[in-house]
Amino acid sequence: MSVKVDIEKRLGDFCLNICFEAADVVYGLLGASGCGKSMTLRCIAGVVTPDRGHIEVNGRVLFDSEKRINLTPQQRKVGLLFQNYALFPNMTVEGNLLAALRGQERETAKKNVSEMIRRFRLEGLERNRPSQLSGGQQQRTALARILLTEPEILMLDEPLSALDSYLRWQTELELMDILDRFSGTTLLVTHSREEVRRLCDTVTVLDAGTGKGSMPVQALFDAPETLSACLLSGCKNYSRAEKIGAKCIRVPDWGAELTCGQVPEHLQYAAVRAHHIEIADGPGENVIPCRVQRVIEDVFSTILMAETSGRTPLRLELENADHLQTKAGEILYLRIPEARIMLLK
Amino acid sequence: MDLYPLYNALRIAAISCVIVFFLGIFFAHWVAKLPRVLKGILDVVLTLPLVLPPTVVGYFLLLAFGPNRAFGAWMMSTFHVRLTMVWYSAIFASVVVAFPLMYRTARGAFESFDPTLRASAQTLGLSNSYIFWRIQMPYCRQGILAGTVLAFARALGEYGATSMIAGYTPGRTATISTTVYQLWRTNNDALAFKWVLINVAISFVVLMAVNLLEKRDRREAR
Repeated sequence: MSVKVDIEKRLGDFCLNICFEAADVVYGLLGASGCGKSMTLRCIAGVVTPDRGHIEVNGRVLFDSEKRINLTPQQRKVGLLFQNYALFPNMTVEGNLLAALRGQERETAKKNVSEMIRRFRLEGLERNRPSQLSGGQQQRTALARILLTEPEILMLDEPLSALDSYLRWQTELELMDILDRFSGTTLLVTHSREEVRRLCDTVTVLDAGTGKGSMPVQALFDAPETLSACLLSGCKNYSRAEKIGAKCIRVPDWGAELTCGQVPEHLQYAAVRAHHIEIADGPGENVIPCRVQRVIEDVFSTILMAETSGRTPLRLELENADHLQTKAGEILYLRIPEARIMLLK
Repeated sequence: MDLYPLYNALRIAAISCVIVFFLGIFFAHWVAKLPRVLKGILDVVLTLPLVLPPTVVGYFLLLAFGPNRAFGAWMMSTFHVRLTMVWYSAIFASVVVAFPLMYRTARGAFESFDPTLRASAQTLGLSNSYIFWRIQMPYCRQGILAGTVLAFARALGEYGATSMIAGYTPGRTATISTTVYQLWRTNNDALAFKWVLINVAISFVVLMAVNLLEKRDRREAR
């Protein structure tokens, strides 16, 4: 079971150009808003036609611009969960589910629907309209409706972003169950690195419409290759970087020179995660002297913003900082451990 | 008091309203799918009767349907059907004049239709005609209904084009609006006033209906 996508779509100034292959897993499309993630899913579903390219699901060609193949959305048998769930407002929960089984015999359809209603814990809501449901219930209804059509792949467009944080975790757990049970490939579009980490196996990063190649989710967090992937993985500190030795770089934005691992060619940026920066006793290797700008108490940690001699401050996150008596204006020596420096193209 | 004008006006308005209902919806649906330039031009053409003086509309209708004109003469010679100066001539006038109201409100209603609903219905395998009649039309029903009521009201009050193509023959082509004019012209003020009251009453009810529909629409949108 696999999904192959290689498409181009131009919309005004924006150009979507994405190429990836996903097999049998939960595949994440990670990107900031407006980078073409939803557009990609719509192209696969057939509700938007790409300008050029090839889309294939389980060996079946859905779209090929050269062979002039373009199946209608109805023929594609792919399930797409829209961000706003797109339940039909004029129908009840049961009506929405029955609509998906049009063409099936009435009795069989009713039986399948009532089984799905039980499985998705929608009992007692059959006669309700979508507007009378909570966000979580709406999502369950929409998912049940999609799964009734037995799609070959499942595509989820920001499935959790319409929910408030209280509901989100519960819904995410339910989503995990559903994804475990679904035998085909799932494409999950999200802007949240946490969701990618928890729900996906493989991921591709979309940057301003361009997405090339896949990587295991673990690699995105351990060793991102590009600045956009690094930022999407949640890294807060980055600087332009230039190679000055085999294992030595200059980071002008932090006003320092650092020793690090083997420096690749085409190095452009260096980055370090906020919780990987350490406080040193005094000057030394990979230590940057900084002036504390701000001390911010977060929920379970303390954040320090430290001014460097370059143009960008460093952000430092400490989990147990109760003993730390730092105030704004003080000088602090920050060490960036060699192994924690991420070298980016 | 002879109530024929009321009966005639109501049947003309009702028949026109049915025709305009389908025509308006068809064009609203069809024009929305055209390329931009063609859409812009066609939109103007279809809305034109709303701003043209009714006499101009009547003139165009006579050009087409008049007994000495090509189409009118052909209908006369092949089907022996006269298209002007009979009661149903007023239907042509009412349809043309009321059409833009239906067309524009239907188009507005269709534009408010959430495109993701259509997209999701398509991916669920539902046919385009099912989507149109069972999802889009119910979704837009308030706007469509309001458009229908407005078209009915406009058809009922049609005067200019009607008087040109159907004229005023008591007991045959007379409608409320042509009757009022005729009564006023012949100094029958008392009777004219009665018809005026009837007309005002009908229009009042119709506009109330539109307002109630719009209010319900807003409430449901919340």
